[in-house]
Amino acid sequence: MKKFLRHLVAWPIAVLTALVLSLSAHAAPPKDTFVMAKDVSDIITLDPAEVFEFSGGEVIANIYDRLMMFEPENLTTLVGGVAETWDVSEDGKTITFTIRPDMTFHSGNPVTAEDVVYSLRRVVKLGKTPSFIITQFGWTPENVDDLVVVDGDKAKITITEEFSPALVLNALSAGIASIVDMKEVQSHEVDGDMGYAWLKSNSAGSGPFSLGSWKANELVTLDANPDYRHGAPGMKRVIILHIAEPSAQRLMIEKGDVDLARDLTPDQIEGISGNAELNVQADPKAALIYMAANASDPILGNPKVAEALRYLVDYEGMQNSFLNGQFQIHQSAWPNGLWGAYNEAPFTKDVEKAKALLAEAGYPDGFEIRMDTLNSSPYPQIAQSVQATLAEAGIKASITTAEGKTLWPMYRAQKHQLILAQWSPDYIDPHSNLDAFAHNPDNRPEAKLTGVLAWRNAWADDKMNAMVVEARNEADLGKREMLYHDIQRDLQNQSPYVVMFQQTEQSAVRKEVEGYVSGATFDLIFYRNITK
Amino acid sequence: MTDTSSTAAAGTSSSLQRPLKSILNVLLTLVLTFIGLTAVTFTIGRVMPADPVLAIIGDRAPQSAYDRVYVEMGLDRPIYEQYGRYLNELAHGDLGTSIMTAQPVLEDIKRFFPATLELATIATLMGVLIGIPMGVLAAVNQGKLIDHSVRILGLIGYSVPVFWLGMVGLLIFYGNLGWVAGPGRIDVYYDGVVDTVTGFILIDAAMAKEWDIFTNAVSHLILPASILGAFALAYIARMTRSFMLDQLNQEYILTARVKGVSEGVVIWHHAFRNVLVQLITIIGLTYASLLEGSVLTETVFSWPGIGQYITTSLFNADMSAVLGGTIVVGTCFVGINMLSDLLYKLVDPRARA
Repeated sequence: MKKFLRHLVAWPIAVLTALVLSLSAHAAPPKDTFVMAKDVSDIITLDPAEVFEFSGGEVIANIYDRLMMFEPENLTTLVGGVAETWDVSEDGKTITFTIRPDMTFHSGNPVTAEDVVYSLRRVVKLGKTPSFIITQFGWTPENVDDLVVVDGDKAKITITEEFSPALVLNALSAGIASIVDMKEVQSHEVDGDMGYAWLKSNSAGSGPFSLGSWKANELVTLDANPDYRHGAPGMKRVIILHIAEPSAQRLMIEKGDVDLARDLTPDQIEGISGNAELNVQADPKAALIYMAANASDPILGNPKVAEALRYLVDYEGMQNSFLNGQFQIHQSAWPNGLWGAYNEAPFTKDVEKAKALLAEAGYPDGFEIRMDTLNSSPYPQIAQSVQATLAEAGIKASITTAEGKTLWPMYRAQKHQLILAQWSPDYIDPHSNLDAFAHNPDNRPEAKLTGVLAWRNAWADDKMNAMVVEARNEADLGKREMLYHDIQRDLQNQSPYVVMFQQTEQSAVRKEVEGYVSGATFDLIFYRNITK
Repeated sequence: MTDTSSTAAAGTSSSLQRPLKSILNVLLTLVLTFIGLTAVTFTIGRVMPADPVLAIIGDRAPQSAYDRVYVEMGLDRPIYEQYGRYLNELAHGDLGTSIMTAQPVLEDIKRFFPATLELATIATLMGVLIGIPMGVLAAVNQGKLIDHSVRILGLIGYSVPVFWLGMVGLLIFYGNLGWVAGPGRIDVYYDGVVDTVTGFILIDAAMAKEWDIFTNAVSHLILPASILGAFALAYIARMTRSFMLDQLNQEYILTARVKGVSEGVVIWHHAFRNVLVQLITIIGLTYASLLEGSVLTETVFSWPGIGQYITTSLFNADMSAVLGGTIVVGTCFVGINMLSDLLYKLVDPRARA
């Protein structure tokens, strides 16, 4: 009987083992398909009028050509995308774009000035979150039909606000300036939605890839456009596989099941450094980590306290330990590597100086404070480091971590004291960051300028407001750059922000892969030159 | 004299009433369960600090955009009105649209639920096929090495975190030995090759006679199912051992042995039959818990299942998706309970009365 029982246990185990051994082979990645492992759970739409998430922005950057663009061959020079040339009127308020001839959409439809005008009007009329990037020019659903028009075979835009033409052109390189195939989109219009429901999970572009499929929390498939204006992409297919676990990403790239792993931790990057089949690609990003103090708080509103905080951060200690390679010290509000950057980093950890400042502020023995931050790495670790250095000056900080969806409502409601957060530009122009960090035209709580960092921190400075507007309007590029340097220098010395680090993305790439270009923002990540 | 016709009629009426009453009871249970489930989930969704408006518009949106979407989502209405509207839509088969996937929740469930069902079913089968004989073997050999081994194995399977077990399993069987395929339900190059009919890759691939894809899917399934199965196995083996020990110490077993009944008949015919009812409950509960509780395994193995769907939705304040997923899990619990009740009646004549 017992023998029978033992057999009863042994058989299923034996069958299972045999099954496992017989299945050991599985398909190798085809040579014409590029597979990337990445956490893409943030994608909630692929409509360029609405996309405002990192992964979604990256995907549409490879599907749509924008009116203006940065190209993978030169990430710092703005060039025409769909626009071949452009003329700026003398008053700087009207720009006329000549459209590239012989460009076609994935559908085969030609790219025309009508498509350009339709695309920009669509963004304004749908009014989704990123629309502010172009509605700041004075465009509204009511006036956009008069201000964005077809002029013969050209597209003409007129702005009503004072803006530097350079800023306008830079903003037109953002995702919202993706040119959609008007005929294709209109054919999917339902109840006057301008194709919104359809375009959330489909594509109608002219870029190097078209959208094959998007299965949320599973994968995104992109198919090469053989007729792309720069020639067919190197890969026939690009697959972005949603792998949330960095450990699983590491195993997959080591096994050769993916060609690129995007979310490895510093430890994992170190772990693969000796692997002869893999390279580590380090790409500077525009994401900044900063700490902000709510100026409406009676203690934190004291400028001396804010100044003391800047000396109570162990910048080097963090950079050289747990942030190893993935974040670099950067202390101004516009990132290094982009036009207008100010790279002075005057602050180091100096507890004695901070104590003196606190004493001047009337807090020689410190105080108690709450610090909120995100619950994902590296924020809790940074918060703990800051907590330790604050304690050296007598400040007792308690840390609360939360998901972004919980943290941001509190931040937008000015309910924080200290907050440790991240900021990335919405488009490649210093105005994008400095407008958020430094420009607060109405500091009253009821003004509810919730998208503005300065308002969230209840901080406004008339001189700074004037400087931001002056820089925004300045047509001369040299003068404009100097103004942005001045703003960043002043922000370093008198603001509620302690900007600490700029991100470097470290990706693990299979040795045979070439041509993956990853610029400072998601708008600048290109797949079309990839070969393997 | 007895009125036989009226007795027969009463009997017929009673035999008709009984199933009708049962059906009504089941329907009432279902309705009350769903109202309770949706009410609690809905309330939690509305009082938790995560903001569903920001899930749609992002944290940088201006207040005007926030206010517009807030009204569009009906969040300006009293909570009972919002809930009433949700129930009304639910009654019309509309579970809403997910913020995260931009798809109707019903479509998402059709995609995510079969993945979990496939995983949990295989895991439960493993637990039953290996766990029950292990439990019986341990009980029969109480106090011996084999008993201690089963108990330790059970303890490990039950107490080791599934997340850790999954990572170690991947490292050894996928990373080092290469015996199984990596994360995901199928190699990505096979995606879309087989038409989705049932949503179960194994069945769809077999129906399409795509045996390469079938094999590949099994290769992806075997490790996460084993990890989940280890949990089921440990629990089922422990409970089987405990139930069997209880029965084997009963006087009727002693009597049977004294009467010279063979050991096989004593164990399987007498003792095991009497633990079946309890085991059915345990298996049912295990199966139901795997259906909703496999989120960690799904995360480690990038398995696009309902557990991961509900959890990610919750973190993103995507309440339509959370509610839809909750209803599916609730239905599973109710369904499995009903199935257990039916099985009791099949294996235990006393339950038929």
